[in-house]
Amino acid sequence: MIIGLDVGGTHADVVLLGTEGLVASVKVPTDAGDLFQTVLRGLEEITADVHPETIHRIVLSTTLTTNAIIQGQVPPVGMIVSGGPGIDPALFRTNEHYFTVGGAIDHRGRIVEAVDPRDIKAIAKQLRREGIRQVGVVGKFSVRNPVHEIEIARILGEDFDKIFLGHRVAGSLNFPRRIATTYLNAAVHPVHKQFFIAVQRSLTEKGLSVPIRILKADGGNMQFAASIDFPAQTALSGPAASVMGSLAFAPDEDEALVFDIGGTTTDMAILVNGVPLLDPAGIELGGYKTLIRALETHSIGMGGDSAVRVENGALKIGPERRGPALAYGGPVPTPTDAMFVLEMIRGEGRQAALDGISALGAQLGMTAEAVAEKIFDAACHSIIDAAEAMVARVNSKPVYTVHEMLEGHTVKPRKILVLGGPALYFAHRLEEISGYKVGVIPRWKVANAIGAALARTTCEVTVFADTERGIATAPEENYTENVSSRFSGEEAVQLAYRLLRDKAARLGGTAEAHEVEVVENLQFNMVRGFYTSGKNIRVRVQVKPGLIQDYDPVAGRLTD
Amino acid sequence: MIVARHKTGLVFFPAFDWAISPTHPEREERLLYTQDQVFEEGLFDIEGISEFKPDLVTVNDVQRVHFCVPDPWSVMTESHFISAGGAKTIGMAVMDKRVERGFALVRPPGHHAMRVVHGSRGFCAVNIEAIMIEFIRAAYKVRRVAVVDTDCHHGDGTQDIYWHDPDTLFISLHQDGRTLYPGTGFTNEIGGPNATGMTINIPLPPHTGDEGFLHVMREAVMPILKEFKPEVVINSAGQDNHFSDPITNMNFSAQGYAALTDMLKPDICVLEGGYSIEGALPYVNVGLILALAGVDYSRVREPAYDPKRIRQPAMVTARIAETCKEVLAIWDQRERLRERAGDPGTLISRERTLFYDTDNIVERQKETVRVCRECGGAWKVDSSSDRRKRILAVHIPRHACRACQQTGYDWFDQAPVTGFDKVFLQDRTKDQFRIKDPQSPGA
Repeated sequence: MIIGLDVGGTHADVVLLGTEGLVASVKVPTDAGDLFQTVLRGLEEITADVHPETIHRIVLSTTLTTNAIIQGQVPPVGMIVSGGPGIDPALFRTNEHYFTVGGAIDHRGRIVEAVDPRDIKAIAKQLRREGIRQVGVVGKFSVRNPVHEIEIARILGEDFDKIFLGHRVAGSLNFPRRIATTYLNAAVHPVHKQFFIAVQRSLTEKGLSVPIRILKADGGNMQFAASIDFPAQTALSGPAASVMGSLAFAPDEDEALVFDIGGTTTDMAILVNGVPLLDPAGIELGGYKTLIRALETHSIGMGGDSAVRVENGALKIGPERRGPALAYGGPVPTPTDAMFVLEMIRGEGRQAALDGISALGAQLGMTAEAVAEKIFDAACHSIIDAAEAMVARVNSKPVYTVHEMLEGHTVKPRKILVLGGPALYFAHRLEEISGYKVGVIPRWKVANAIGAALARTTCEVTVFADTERGIATAPEENYTENVSSRFSGEEAVQLAYRLLRDKAARLGGTAEAHEVEVVENLQFNMVRGFYTSGKNIRVRVQVKPGLIQDYDPVAGRLTD
Repeated sequence: MIVARHKTGLVFFPAFDWAISPTHPEREERLLYTQDQVFEEGLFDIEGISEFKPDLVTVNDVQRVHFCVPDPWSVMTESHFISAGGAKTIGMAVMDKRVERGFALVRPPGHHAMRVVHGSRGFCAVNIEAIMIEFIRAAYKVRRVAVVDTDCHHGDGTQDIYWHDPDTLFISLHQDGRTLYPGTGFTNEIGGPNATGMTINIPLPPHTGDEGFLHVMREAVMPILKEFKPEVVINSAGQDNHFSDPITNMNFSAQGYAALTDMLKPDICVLEGGYSIEGALPYVNVGLILALAGVDYSRVREPAYDPKRIRQPAMVTARIAETCKEVLAIWDQRERLRERAGDPGTLISRERTLFYDTDNIVERQKETVRVCRECGGAWKVDSSSDRRKRILAVHIPRHACRACQQTGYDWFDQAPVTGFDKVFLQDRTKDQFRIKDPQSPGA
């Protein structure tokens, strides 16, 4: 059986899935000050009546690294940054112990200026003196040639717990984001490591020896052992968990929107042929723009508990939440109260809701029912408007070839999948407004935990070949080989696939490693004078985000 | 976090699947390393710099400027519709005040494309700046526009398009036409009889460096712009004055380009040439974008930069100072020169032969313009090529007076049925393009 656990802001959801479907689910309150106890309690409760040997997979989605980053609860980290000509790298400062050093690599990966070892030794000495244990090393164009990062790490020596190298955290070009990403990995490394070692130890004591897996922001997971090298990838996994939970019910050959309508916010994502779209850049967290792969999601301050008031004679809804609905003893009217007034929700709170909505009606010269209608409508409209804007944004992302410009795929969702507390009530009106078919995700209350449970192991690999220089390299994989001038784009793709399968296996992937695709494949003849002097090849491949292959029978039994 | 002092929009369209031919300078690879540098520097993440997806231009947009023979589809590829569209997108973003300044980093370029287009010349088929300018004039009621062309080659196409337009100031800085394609752009090319002085050519000797370019900007270009008071300043931002460019002979640097941009403060830049794709373009473009956005560019430096090696010879400095004086003297006398250029109401003709080097076409033109003090004057061009047939192009300018409108219509209506394959009328007062096809009755 599989355990999926998703820690949210107020509570953690845990599910136990077996071949017979959803075996059990529990909800435990989140203790933000002690996530360890929260996770442990969730796991204890879900396994109370279960034989440990029957559990073969445990996937955790936590707010551990997210909280550490947002609250700045991280230890001091040393950052050594080699910029070379361009924007002053001092402007990309991430933290206190941030040092810029010499050395330069150009866009082809050629060394323009060497690193001065004396600078590095002096910095190492200072870092040791200040008791710093984690170091990040980042060079401009290190993904074209990591030699300077490797050289700096060598000089730093064995005196540090962990050294993170920029070229290993992501294969794409973006020096400032590479700096931020490397920094965040170094910063959350100790808390991440301690936490999951403690979780694993507790589980082992209970006889659960299966290695734990951790959910990432891209909706995939990785085994704890592998996550030590990329702990920041586990940040912001929450929204991804819900999207993954909706996948089992998404159409395979169509495009759909997923709305996770909560109390405070509505989070949205886009599915194309059953696969969630990825954000091409990377997550932004705690003021840092990163290269951390994530699903393309958008969040608006509109939910069942959004505060409703009259401002300058007009209704205003959200974006803030002041507490639960009046109907549930809250302080201000909300869309949930409007639903009580309209008798979409029935219950004893109706009088409180009616009183609050009537007061708004008095200000507007309208009946309570009319105001309730208006609030509910406006809430639905703002969700649909935001979704349409998100689709427009995705479709207006720049492309760089004539072919993509003229033949490029345009996303046109025809279906909406909703989950979350108020989702059931919103579904009908959303369908009327948008004209899309709206479906409610079965088991929506624990879709996030189900998503974590069933997510597959994802990863990507970037291969860069320059046959004039005679090299093919996959920086993230620490891979470089010498290639002949005949090295082809097809060989680059094969190399990328081979490295991807190795990486997926290392991260804990199984058969799903076959769900791979080429996401970028560019090949240029390099012409110098009137002759072709070589080929410049860029290939990026990935394991698509999705569910593990044996989920089908399980998912089929998840409907209520 | 880095914040741009000026909100800046970029269209980046490297057309990675388009080339004139596999080993041509205008090939797929041209902006590859520029993309690498722009991405690696994280320019699109700078607060205040945003990237726009280009629109495609329409045939109407093209026909506001050009007479394509026999039609736009025959002389343009998809990539031309996109690169002109990129310029248009940036023009709109600036005019709509979504950004303060913009840069269309697109290819193929356009500044050698003239009014009549039989094919490509100087790697250009249609003039992407002019298409953008005439679009914003039609859509936003802009009148006075200045184009400063800093490509190393004379912007002969833009010069031809605005030769008779008193509302467009065209200034071209380029390597002396005696030493470089297209062999034109001398100080005595100053515009037609209705726009005398509105074309300004500043030919520069080979080996002109940062010092020379910035001298010309400071001493000639900026004072002239100040007097002209344009509503919009466009920079045809060619990057082939760079010391490493393989097809030119100048000594300009990335720092120089950035400083020039900083001084000019263009509203809209459009990429033109520049074929040192590894050693120059990545650095020049980064410097230019930073300068536009008002972000510190002082550390942008190309690996091969050696100020001693590219120092401008003293003779060059002296020569440039002379040219600036000459240009300013013409500018100061422009009213008198215009009066001398012809009597109002009369027709002035010139004949010339044009060569399309990219497509190997020879075109013969006879141009006739009505001298007018009220407007830019109606004009017509009788054009025939050795490849295609003969056309007559008639143009009525945007703010045409009644007499010039009448003259234009007379030319169009009375064009003989035989002798021309097509007769075109570009009536800018009505934003209309009409085609008479004498060989298909009823047209």
